[in-house]
Amino acid sequence: MSWWRPADVGYAARHRLAGLGAGARLFGRLLASVGSSLKRFSLVRDQVHFLGNYSLAIIAVSGLFVGFVMGLQYYYGLQRYGASESVGVLISLSLLREFGPVITALLFAGRAGTSLTAEIGLMKAGEQLSAMEMMAVDPVQRILAPRFWGGVIAMPALSAVFCAVGVLGGWIVCVPLLGIDGGAFWGQMQSGTDVFKDLGNGVVKSIVFGFTVTFIALLQGYTAHPTPEGVSRATTRTVVVASLSVLGLDFLLTAMMFTI
Amino acid sequence: MDTPITAPPLIEFKNVTFGYGARAILDGVSFEVPRGKVTALMGASGGGKTTVLRLIGGQMRAQRGEVRLDGVDVGAMKADALYAARRRMGMLFQFGALFTDMSAFDNVAFPLREHTQLPEPLVRDIVLMKLDAVGLRGARNLMPSEVSGGMARRVALARAIALDPDLVMYDEPFAGLDPISLGTAARLIRRLNDTIGLTSIVVSHDLEETFRIADHVIILANGGIAAQGAPDAVRQSADPLVHQFVNALPEGPVHFHYPGVSVEEDFGHAEGHQP
Repeated sequence: MSWWRPADVGYAARHRLAGLGAGARLFGRLLASVGSSLKRFSLVRDQVHFLGNYSLAIIAVSGLFVGFVMGLQYYYGLQRYGASESVGVLISLSLLREFGPVITALLFAGRAGTSLTAEIGLMKAGEQLSAMEMMAVDPVQRILAPRFWGGVIAMPALSAVFCAVGVLGGWIVCVPLLGIDGGAFWGQMQSGTDVFKDLGNGVVKSIVFGFTVTFIALLQGYTAHPTPEGVSRATTRTVVVASLSVLGLDFLLTAMMFTI
Repeated sequence: MDTPITAPPLIEFKNVTFGYGARAILDGVSFEVPRGKVTALMGASGGGKTTVLRLIGGQMRAQRGEVRLDGVDVGAMKADALYAARRRMGMLFQFGALFTDMSAFDNVAFPLREHTQLPEPLVRDIVLMKLDAVGLRGARNLMPSEVSGGMARRVALARAIALDPDLVMYDEPFAGLDPISLGTAARLIRRLNDTIGLTSIVVSHDLEETFRIADHVIILANGGIAAQGAPDAVRQSADPLVHQFVNALPEGPVHFHYPGVSVEEDFGHAEGHQP
């Protein structure tokens, strides 16, 4: 492969384009599978359980510590200006708008995305997907689609748990430990948080990230080389590509949601 | 099973060409798989045997020529027709390809639950009958990680025949089996073929067992067909390649060494023997 030979550049460009096209087609097929997935919702439900419930511990613990740290940092920053009562609203806005969806998506990519990629990749390596095709069962419909919709449902729910536990963590640090007035903490949070602008946009973000992370994990697994090395590479790529996509998309979404 | 001699073949390959990149695996190959018989597909590794199975299953499409199932070109089928055709086929993968998150029972029940609306008690009866046919009715609750390689393949065979297919394809069913499992597998293939009126295609390297159970043998080599016919006729073939193959000779038209530079060039010349 050399970058100065037109034939090689053309080959590489065509190869990439074909990959993009295959990815887009898979995304389209997964979106179109919503009807059949609803019809067999028990498959989706199992995946929500597998992807969501088993990620609860890491999400809740992370949320708690993020809440602790935010409580401390915001308190020390705000007390200089005598505005330490505003710490509640800052914590809730940071969590709902940014940290909740973003950190949850990053953790979800590491916890659930990798297991999806490895599972699909190993099924492919063990010829299970081929066997399914030969049984006239479409693996995209039967295996990928329930996981896709399971991830899309689990991600916003996990993000909500992260935010709730984070707010609780902030309260533990600020009210009982640092002595901020509880009424001011909750009151300011309530008056400063808008249901649609803050909570709603955070929910939209978490749904977008749910689509992004789950799709990337499934695509990497489905296109993995069916070898141990191929599956390990695909798993790594899931974390890298999903994390970067989440961070990049977060910037775009924030720019669109909070600047108009 | 009594099949009239005039029965049309189940599978026909007509001038089929297939390759990866510049390397042609099959080059204008034509052959027929007789209905109701056990056909053995043999040849050197990388000679296109598994490719033939994948072409029949429609997982790959021929670059030229036609692969016909009951007279219909598999390569030209749309997705729906292809899926309908696949319901008439069962395929046994080399290592079984069982779903590792399901028990033996659920693996066999999988195609029934996906393709039929049968009530669960009926599914249970069919699954147990299929498992009984492969001698594993007692192993219904075992997970794939708890069974041996030979047993996994038998479970996979029960799964492959769950929907009573017309055709079962076996991809190297004897690879890595101990002598007892190997004999069991071979007898099973023959018995299933005769009792449920299947057509079987067996891809295998095991000459003894395969020649014993096959009615028809096809030997693939160099992108074409080196020999085909009844096992005894193939065994007697004068073709040097077939002779090498059926007698398992190390040298012949197929060389032991992969082509490359000469030994002298790689290791140098022995001292005192400079040219």
